[in-house]
Amino acid sequence: MMQSLLHWIDERFPLTKVWQEHMAQYYAPKNFNFWYYFGSLALLVLVLQIVTGILLTMHYKPDSTLAFASVEYIMRDVPGGWFIRYLHSVGSSMFFVTVYLHMFRGLMYGSHREPRELIWLIGVVIYVALMAEAFFGYLLPWGNMSYWGAQVIVSLFGAIPGIGEALAEWIRGDFVISDATLNRFFAFHVILLPLLLAALVYLHIVALHKVGSNNPDGIEIKKNKDKDGKPLDGIPFHPYYTVKDVFGVAVFMMVYLAIVFFVPELDGWFLEKDNFQPADILQTPPEIVPLWYLTPYYSILRAVTFEWLPGGAKLWGVMAMGFAIVLLFFLPWLDRSKVRSIRYRGWMYKTMLILFAVNFVMLGYLGTVNPGHVDLIWFKNVTWAQIGLVVYFAFFLLMPIYTKLDRNKPEPDRVR
Amino acid sequence: MTQQVNKRRRRLLTTLTTGVGLVGTGTLVAPFVASMQPSARARAAGAPVEVDISKLLLGQMLTVEWRGKPVWILRRSERMLQGLAELAGKLADPDSEVLAQQPSYAKNPYRSIQPELLVVLGVCTHLGCAPSRKFEIGAASGLGDDWVGGFFCPCHGSTFDLAGRVYKGVPAPTNLPVPPYSFLSDSRILIGVDQEEASA
Amino acid sequence: MMRKLLIVIALLASPALAQASSNNENLDSVHIDLADRLSLQKGANTFVNYCLSCHSAAYMRYERMASDLGISEQLLKDNLMFAADKPGELMVTTMAPTDAKQWFGVVPPDLSLTARSRGPDWIYTYLRSFYHDESTPTGWNNLLFPSVAMPHVLHQWQGTRTVHFEEVDGNKHFESFVAGVPGQMTESEYNSTIRDLTNFMVYLAEPAKLVRYRIGFWVMIFMVVFIVLSYTLKKEYWRDVH
Repeated sequence: MMQSLLHWIDERFPLTKVWQEHMAQYYAPKNFNFWYYFGSLALLVLVLQIVTGILLTMHYKPDSTLAFASVEYIMRDVPGGWFIRYLHSVGSSMFFVTVYLHMFRGLMYGSHREPRELIWLIGVVIYVALMAEAFFGYLLPWGNMSYWGAQVIVSLFGAIPGIGEALAEWIRGDFVISDATLNRFFAFHVILLPLLLAALVYLHIVALHKVGSNNPDGIEIKKNKDKDGKPLDGIPFHPYYTVKDVFGVAVFMMVYLAIVFFVPELDGWFLEKDNFQPADILQTPPEIVPLWYLTPYYSILRAVTFEWLPGGAKLWGVMAMGFAIVLLFFLPWLDRSKVRSIRYRGWMYKTMLILFAVNFVMLGYLGTVNPGHVDLIWFKNVTWAQIGLVVYFAFFLLMPIYTKLDRNKPEPDRVR
Repeated sequence: MTQQVNKRRRRLLTTLTTGVGLVGTGTLVAPFVASMQPSARARAAGAPVEVDISKLLLGQMLTVEWRGKPVWILRRSERMLQGLAELAGKLADPDSEVLAQQPSYAKNPYRSIQPELLVVLGVCTHLGCAPSRKFEIGAASGLGDDWVGGFFCPCHGSTFDLAGRVYKGVPAPTNLPVPPYSFLSDSRILIGVDQEEASA
Repeated sequence: MMRKLLIVIALLASPALAQASSNNENLDSVHIDLADRLSLQKGANTFVNYCLSCHSAAYMRYERMASDLGISEQLLKDNLMFAADKPGELMVTTMAPTDAKQWFGVVPPDLSLTARSRGPDWIYTYLRSFYHDESTPTGWNNLLFPSVAMPHVLHQWQGTRTVHFEEVDGNKHFESFVAGVPGQMTESEYNSTIRDLTNFMVYLAEPAKLVRYRIGFWVMIFMVVFIVLSYTLKKEYWRDVH
């Protein structure tokens, strides 16, 4: 009976065809390791954020006089509300954990290289959309950090010469962050960006399936096929990677839920203390700090302090921050190495990549502290941030040189 | 030989893992479903309403709000109560057979705990309009010479007697609903809490 | 190589983690124990009798507090409900904001979330740092919050004292307390009372805390079981792959 139902559907909709092409007969390299879990985990988090998000919008009130109280209403009066809220707030951090690790996998194994440049480009757009989604979402609780963080970031647009102020006003819908801003950020966070993200993730997967996945050895498995045309080093995604991803989900969910139940605030890293006070236009928090996942770029923004620059430090800070993100788009063409995977690259790329990662974490940390203090060693925080900015740019801008110069190892023919 | 054993083990493990996985997913989703239940705020707004009836005279009716609906409390006179028994033939459900319209303690000729006091929701069972009171007897009411007093719904003409029972031949299908209520004392009624719960 | 990378990142992250919980004030530590019901009840009693006259706890309902703390509805109505009729109501103060502004210069902030925004150590220290100071409008001042508009509401319990400051390079430093009128409680009794009040305020800021650790424990047990099962399943299928 199920067979005839399936047949009826297949005559009208490519159900079995899609299942075969993208799951049961989609061949993926057999040597996926730990780093390959994060794509599917990011997709899981997207789904969870949407589900918990919908549930939150049933109770949340996007009005500057009601928003803060509505969040506490969810935490106290709505059955299970606290659990949904923590899933969503911890979820936003988990989204960035999975996405950063997913991107790092790309940098290690050359997933951005030909023929996968478009997958990488769509991925960077997803990353930018995700940062925007997080930024808009953070205003919604209307806490004091929500308010002032939004105030700072939107006023950055004011730095653009000529149109800046008018642009900032247009974004805000008012002269300062206000109820008008809250309402439109709600629309962006709940509808605009989720739709965009869903569409982009779809495109990302379509582009991936067209060329097939990369792998830790960076070699093309389609080069070696058996007599049936199946890659010798490939295995069907279903059941092998479906079953492996279930295990990945289990471990990931254990970590995620441990945080939700035991340390949802994570000592201020996931829920900032200042945000437990309602927005107060008369009182700025001692430190205005975005959540951890935005801090590397915040650091780069604050690192540019040279007022003698034409247009002022603020404008150049904004441009540096923007350029730091834009550079990501150029990665496939900056990388001139003859090999894809870090396993076969020379010492230069390995060093630069480790340096980049450590530097990114350092920049992230520096985004959370007062620029004038000395929290690392020797130099003021702002000086370290300036060094960090240079290292960040160097990774990309010098890449055509050091990837060309690097003495690579020969790539194998088959996966190891 | 090994192939067969493998298949069985696989099927067992797959079923077991899927089963446990579904239990886990169900547990995760249960609070999501629960979150749509009335919240503490809704329950507080819908909380029982205490009414002081010490000043309610015979023949007088007072209206209070409970869960967003009007509740009528009418102290019926002897004459009003006597008239109820004679109406049976004209009523659609004289013995309150439709159980959903009243708690068990109101399934009686007076549709109330104490015969004198009617407690009923002032919401017409046709389409939800608020009926008007028509306590005048006979032609003066505008509802004909044999009108013995009751309620008239202006929206589509449904009529109810002084126990909230619906007449035959009108659009409304059932008697006016009796909400859960109980007596805290002779002068205080609690609307929203059944008699058994109140004494517990 | 991977391990080296992770170690370096972890090492660099550690000062960050240390910084995250740092605060620049010297606060006394308070031991919070939400399983200590008696402490929570005592704290609730103090809170309702002394704090609610000026401050709100506008996100908490009386009946939620009663049911969480094991207080019967009758006890609640008799002892803890002065400003409200129904247990389902929110714990709002009766002091009008306009009056408060006039009398204190500032509206006393809502206390529902103070334990999350300032932390229990801050609350515990603050309520024990008041001292008598002729120069302020209320006659009271606070070492943790200089020129605070709040008077020492609990001075009859703690007693009155002044502070002897030392001038060092134009800055005033706390030297010692100078005892004044003794309070009804000993120092240790007062500290215990404030500890109970702080304990209550931690509960007030997040009632879900009473249940989430317990539920979390069982969730972790389940997750371990599911991890073992799903891993076994994965291993079984992957025997095909060489």
